[in-house]
Amino acid sequence: MSAISLSGVKKRYQKNNVVHGVDVEIEAGEFVVILGPSGCGKSTLLRMIAGLEDITEGEIAIGGKVVNKLEPRERGCAMVFQNYALYPHMSVRQNIGYALKVAGMPRAERDAKVLKVAKSVSLDPYLDRKPGELSGGQRQRVAMARAMVREPKVFLFDEPFSNLDAKLRVAMRAEVRNLHRSLGVTSVFVTHDQTEAMTLADRLIIMNAGVVEQVGKPSEVYHNPASLFVADFIGSPAMNLVRGFFGEDGYFRHGQGGMMHLPGLGQGLVSREVSLGVRPELVQRVAADAKGAMAAVVDYTEELGASRLIYATVDGSRLIAVDTSSDALGTGMPIHLSFAAVDAHVFDHNTGRRVDLGDANSAATRARINA
Amino acid sequence: MERRAFYRNGTLPWLLIGPQLLLVLVFFYWPTSQALYWAFTLEQPWGGGNTWVGWDNFAAIFRDSEYWTVVGRSTFYATVTTLLSMAVALTLAVFADRALKGTKLFQSVYVWPYAIAAPAAGVAFRFIFAPESGLIGAINQMWPGIWNPAINGWQALGMVIVCHAWLGIGYNFIFFLAALQMIPRSLSEAGAMDGARPFRRMMDLQLPLIAPTVFFLLIMNLISSFTDSFGLIDTMTEGGPFGSTEVMVYKIYFDGFKGFDYSGAAAQSIVLMLLVIALTIIQFTWVEKRVHYH
Ligand SMILES: Nc1ncnc2c1ncn2[C@@H]1O[C@H](COP(=O)(O)OP(=O)(O)O)[C@@H](O)[C@H]1O
Ligand SMILES: [Mg+2]
Repeated sequence: MSAISLSGVKKRYQKNNVVHGVDVEIEAGEFVVILGPSGCGKSTLLRMIAGLEDITEGEIAIGGKVVNKLEPRERGCAMVFQNYALYPHMSVRQNIGYALKVAGMPRAERDAKVLKVAKSVSLDPYLDRKPGELSGGQRQRVAMARAMVREPKVFLFDEPFSNLDAKLRVAMRAEVRNLHRSLGVTSVFVTHDQTEAMTLADRLIIMNAGVVEQVGKPSEVYHNPASLFVADFIGSPAMNLVRGFFGEDGYFRHGQGGMMHLPGLGQGLVSREVSLGVRPELVQRVAADAKGAMAAVVDYTEELGASRLIYATVDGSRLIAVDTSSDALGTGMPIHLSFAAVDAHVFDHNTGRRVDLGDANSAATRARINA
Repeated sequence: MERRAFYRNGTLPWLLIGPQLLLVLVFFYWPTSQALYWAFTLEQPWGGGNTWVGWDNFAAIFRDSEYWTVVGRSTFYATVTTLLSMAVALTLAVFADRALKGTKLFQSVYVWPYAIAAPAAGVAFRFIFAPESGLIGAINQMWPGIWNPAINGWQALGMVIVCHAWLGIGYNFIFFLAALQMIPRSLSEAGAMDGARPFRRMMDLQLPLIAPTVFFLLIMNLISSFTDSFGLIDTMTEGGPFGSTEVMVYKIYFDGFKGFDYSGAAAQSIVLMLLVIALTIIQFTWVEKRVHYH
């Protein structure tokens, strides 16, 4: 178990800046997930921690020791690769035991250890097979066992489940979670799948285009997104984002002549270009005469089983609402929607960063994060 | 239904394959049939054509202890040349594989030597290895007389071997590099994470995975070192000093064209041909069985 500390970490390939300066502290024993769209530099960051890529600028420390100049073998990290990277000419036993063999561990001791680890991931019946004779899930387990057998200080995972089918992915997720619970080894897990990220992470590092957008617990990131990117990226369906500005009169103006009355939100923001964000599950269908009701037109609905999503237009802006009623709703039908001002997030449209909204909104957010 | 193009004109196909057929006939079947004819016949001492002697010519060369010395020397020559050339090429290819992603520059630089005719390379190496003036000659200024391939047979043999190995490096390099580049990079990275240093990774991970290529090159190099050494030896040492660089091909030439023992030389060349055929058969049978990894 070791803490990992990244300060000002940058990566440049020739003239191409890929990671733009990452500062993150990962605590010992923590399970951290790096989440971001593909191509944003997640793997590059992970590989710099592993020692497989040079660090162009900045410093990485593992367990308090700067590792910039250390070879992978000197860093005490084990890695599970996306394509597993199993040695095709070696048996499962040899694959798992290779690190121990390289380290010079005697045969008998090595075999005993390999057997123990293989048992813990139910691989013991397959020890003499070659990777080519295993299913995808079994190969995945070999990759995990190979990482575990060395008892590393840090586990690194680079999208390890992306080649598995959905069901197996869920099962492996639980297994990784259990593994972490029982071994308590600091883990850094890279994925572009937000469900995977949300369910696994103690803390999330959200990356976009080589920049860390936000670091926080899954609930923090969900309920208190630090930027437009995070607001849009996390959550399915995505957060409603309505572009507009607050007028002198305190009304939020958007779309084609749309006006929203959101008490307490507009102060200090007059005329600034902003995006207003509300989670679809916090947008309600209300009666026409309810307070704050906005007239909307249904575009279409998506049935989810327990609920459905209503895609509606309010004065030219799209709003999605989660609806649990079973009324018949057809395209073009008029409905009324509303949401509470305390549930809204405001983002500066030019910087993309969140605008701090004072006490009422923070309190609502805090309540949800802690729930 | 068989899909095939037919030529209406009966002579056109013959015209098309004619040049190639002519080359094969003139430069392969004709000499081979001549060699077979001479190998099983003997020219009568006072003229009057050849007489059929069966296996006598073969029996004669196999009884000759000098022939077996040459066979031994050839085997030594082929083995050392092959191992040297392949080891150097593999090392270079491993470095190139680590350093480059996609650039073709190194590949063409290394393959150039392969395009150099053996006699030309032989002349160049004669200068490099010249005891009086060459690059290696410098050590004679420190220890006078320590290097002189014109007198020392082992040095002469070593010199030809180095030159022959050098000529093959480019060819081997290209094949090794191509094979190495087929191995997913992450495999080597997994090895690095498992604590293996580059040399260990080469022995444990890369070499086993390119085994089919290694085997192919092994056979190709052996065949080449048994058969292609003539140009080098003829320009560099002419088989000397005192026959210490005389290998099978050179002995065939020497006995045939200098000694005018056509029948003995022909028998020797049939033996060499059988050796090459045997190596080729080994190559084909193993290629069939070669291991595929997914
Ligand atoms: N070896 C490399 N040379 C040049 N560019 C690279 C290299 N590896 C990755 N990149 C670039 O860096 C960016 C980030 O890549 P990566 O870290 O693999 O993204 P992710 O894992 O988030 O999908 C991509 O735009 C990719 O094209
Ligand atoms: Mg990646």
